[in-house]
Parts: sequence; C-alpha cells; structure tokens
Amino acid sequence: MSAAVAAVDVRDLNKVFTRRKGLFGRRRRSALSGVGLRIERGECVAILGQNGSGKSTLVRLLSTLLLPDGGSAHVFGFDVFKEPRAVRRLVNRVSVEASFFKKMSAAENLSYAARFYGMGPAETRREIPVILERVGFPSARRNEAMENLSRGMQQKVALARALLTSPVLLLLDEPTTGLDPRSKQEVQAFIREIRTSNDATILLCTHDMKEAEELADRVGLLDRGELLFLEPVDDVLARYGASTLEEAFFAATGRTFEDEKSEEDEDREVYA
Amino acid sequence: MTVDVTQAYTRRRVVRDELVGLYGVVERNIYLTKRYFLWDFAFLLWTIANTLTIVFIARGVGISPGERNELETKLLVGGVIWAFLGIIFEIVTETVAWERWEGTIEYTFMAPVSRPVHLIGMGVYAVLYGLVRAGLVFLAVVAFIGIHVPHANYGAAVALLAIASISFIGVGMMTAVLPLISPEKGTQLGFIAQGLMLVVSGVYYPVSVLPTWMQWIAKISPATYALRGNRASVLSGAGVAWADAWPLLLIGALSIPLGLAVFKAGERYAKQRGKLKRSG
Repeated sequence: MSAAVAAVDVRDLNKVFTRRKGLFGRRRRSALSGVGLRIERGECVAILGQNGSGKSTLVRLLSTLLLPDGGSAHVFGFDVFKEPRAVRRLVNRVSVEASFFKKMSAAENLSYAARFYGMGPAETRREIPVILERVGFPSARRNEAMENLSRGMQQKVALARALLTSPVLLLLDEPTTGLDPRSKQEVQAFIREIRTSNDATILLCTHDMKEAEELADRVGLLDRGELLFLEPVDDVLARYGASTLEEAFFAATGRTFEDEKSEEDEDREVYA
Repeated sequence: MTVDVTQAYTRRRVVRDELVGLYGVVERNIYLTKRYFLWDFAFLLWTIANTLTIVFIARGVGISPGERNELETKLLVGGVIWAFLGIIFEIVTETVAWERWEGTIEYTFMAPVSRPVHLIGMGVYAVLYGLVRAGLVFLAVVAFIGIHVPHANYGAAVALLAIASISFIGVGMMTAVLPLISPEKGTQLGFIAQGLMLVVSGVYYPVSVLPTWMQWIAKISPATYALRGNRASVLSGAGVAWADAWPLLLIGALSIPLGLAVFKAGERYAKQRGKLKRSG
C-alpha cells in the first residue's frame, strides 16, 4: 500500500431514508447527497452542521452501520461496503450517547468491547487500568456500575473504549455535547494528545464551531446532506469574507439566523 | 508510533480473534446474569410455579398412582423443555433487543467479530444457562410433587437436549432478526415461534393425537425428538436413541446456516433502512 493512500476517501456518497407517512404514504429524505471528501493520514477534520444535516449519517456509513444508496467510501484503501471487516479493525467511534450496559462496570464494559477486537483476559487486565488512567478516569471507580457515573465520567470511558483497540481512524460524533465545561476541556485536550501519541486520524463531527476551529486542521460544513466546503479555517473565512465561522456558516448556507429559527422542524428531521 | 494498516491477518490470528470474541459474548452474559441475579431468581421461581400448575393436572385425573406418576413425569418433561426452549429463544433474541435497549448495538455491530460467532456465542451461553435452569426446575418440581423416577438416565436426557439445542439456536437466530425489522414488536414475535414449535411437537401430549397435517409438521420440529427422547430417558432410563439423534443433527445442520442467512438478510435490511441504531 503506497503512502499516498488516504485515511478516508469518500466519493459521491448518497444516502436516502424512507419513512412511513400516514397509513400508506412514504416520505423520502436525502440525508447525504453527492458527498465527497478526502482525509489524509494523521489529519484531524471537523465537520460542522445542524441537527439533521447528515453528520451522523456520514459517521455511521464509515462505521459500516449503514449501507449507501450510491457512491463509495474507502478507509486506508479498504472498501467500506465490500470489505467491512477489514475496515472495522481500523476504525472506532465515540458518539454523543455514552452507550454502555448500565448495570455493568466500566471495566466490564471495556472488557466486552475489547474481546470483539481480539483482546484476551490477560491483555485487558493489563491495559484497562492504563487506558482509564490516561483518559483521567479514577481507576478506583472502574468496578462501579456505569449508571452510577456522571455523564462526563461515562464519556471518558467511551473514549477509553475507542482507544483501547488502537484505532487508526477515530470517528468522534459530538463527543463533548452535553458535557460540563471542565469535562469538555478535558476531552478536547485528550483529543489533541491522541493525534500525536496514537497515530490516529480523526473525523470530528460537532456543533461547536470553536471546538472545530481549535482542534481541526480543516473544517467542513454539511448542510442538508451536502458538503459545502472542507478547508482550513483561514481559507473558509477568506472565501466568505467572514471574521467568524458563524458568519461563514450563514454566508455558505445563504440563510440568516432568523431563517434558521423559523424553519420547520420537519425539514431538519433527524433520520440517522 | 506509526501503525501498519496493511497488517495481514493470518488465518490463525483470525480464528484466535473469533474465539476470543465468542468468549467475550459468554463473559458479558455472565456479568449481566450476576447483575440481574435477583430478577433471574424471581423468574426461576415463576417458572417452577408455572410448571407445577401443569404437573398438578395429573392429580385431578382419576388414574392409578403408577399411571399418575408417569403422567406427572411426562408433563414435567414437557414443562422443562418449554422453559428451556423459551430461555434459548429469549437469550438469542436479546442479541439485538437488549443491545438496542442499552444503546450498545452500534458498537457491537461495528466491531470486527463475525456475526456467526456473535450469534453462536449467545447460543452457547443460552444453552449453558438453560441447562442449569432446566435442571433446577426439574429437581424443584420432583421434590415438591414427590415424583419417582428411579430409572432416569439424566446423562442421556442432558445429551439429547444439548444436541437439540443446535436446532433451537438455529431457529433462535431467525427470531433474533425480528427486533431488527421491528424494534417495537419484534421481540414478542420470538415467543410466538416458541409456542408454535412446541404445540406441534406434542409438548404435553403424544403427537399422535394431533390432526394429520400437524403431525407432518411435527416431523421437522426438533422439539418433537427432544421431547420424545427425554421422556424415554427420564421414564425408562433409555439412552440417546439414534432415531431421535439423527433428525436433530440433520435439522441442526440445516437450521444453523439458514438462521445465519436469515439474520444476515435482516441485518442488511436494517443497515439499508437505518434501523440499527437505538430505538426511538
């Protein structure tokens, strides 16, 4: 495999969801429309967008959890839809929901996740305390049930779960949404650290423009399933003559803040 | 540190990883059983009580003590196998249902372990847990009612149940796909499969009393042979009869690949429609 192989290479990706409307009707909603992007190894790319813009759909497609309606995606040269097992070995994900077995402890949840990546009992006994310490989770609490932990603590365990398997591509889907300011800063600091220490390429989906600006090499905007741009922040601001990413967002979408507020919720319905 | 993304996965490595994954599924279920122990214990008590309500039917029939003991034993075997089959279907169906409820389904389904290993791991745990539970129900009812089974060949009974479990797991895999198709109603449909299988298999009565068309269906139900063989083992001390074993092995050899194919189709449907994520 040559050094030029991209970490992520998405071409003309389409995804349409069909939902029931009434007893016999059907409603089709285009979640992604002709999306193309390329992420080089070691980059951190942030994708901004409103709820329902297609960010999570993109992450789920790259995670092999969805099948597309057109286009292609490759992760380190492996076809995401035809070689899912090869892709799964390279990818891990942190989502906005800290999804765990609530009655199980952090250590037990991490063990379960690690087993699916071939980590045996001796290896997890050794590695779990190390990774928990690295994300700032107190090791003494690793045997407590997840339901007894705060949201911030759970998200740290979610990060640990993703890193335990040494992913080369890390998909972060709003990892700091809902966290208190301190936890948010800790998670952001950790994201900076893993870029260098773990040789990880990162795709970060977020609402937080400041977070995108601080963490990412390039910033993209998904709007109603279309990728409007994917460029370094300075280039985005220069292109739209904006001084902030918020201004650039509104300039790129052609809508005002009042337009956003009055928009029907149905137009922004989240499908995935 | 630069990670080599082209690292070749040798067959040995793949097999090892799959075995670790299978172990992980069993291990996780053990953790959950420990956490929900009191609930499982309450459910066990309910199963014992439910089985007693069926076995006590023999006490209301005007027959000799010897015939009553035989009838009680047959009803008990039926009740135990009903409970055993129910546990297998429930646990294998939980492959999707529980993980969807907890919100972990996406993390599990994006992991590199193969789906067959994932499902077989659930099946292995279901059989182990089901056998322990079936034994406890059997012993509890025998002690409570005072059933006499001096010739019982428990080894043969357990062996036959284990062979039948291959088929039960295969059918369970087919029902495990239902929550993928309908998060709201899919799990309940799994119990329908259990009930239908047992009614045609003569769970509390000989198959010969069923209408002819149902007797034909009974020939392809693994529960028919499990029930027949277990009754013979418990009542008369019979060993595992080849007449019961070969149909079970054949049905198992067909139901596992069929179950996997059905699940794979259901998973593909769920991924196309975006139904894999947590419910709601």
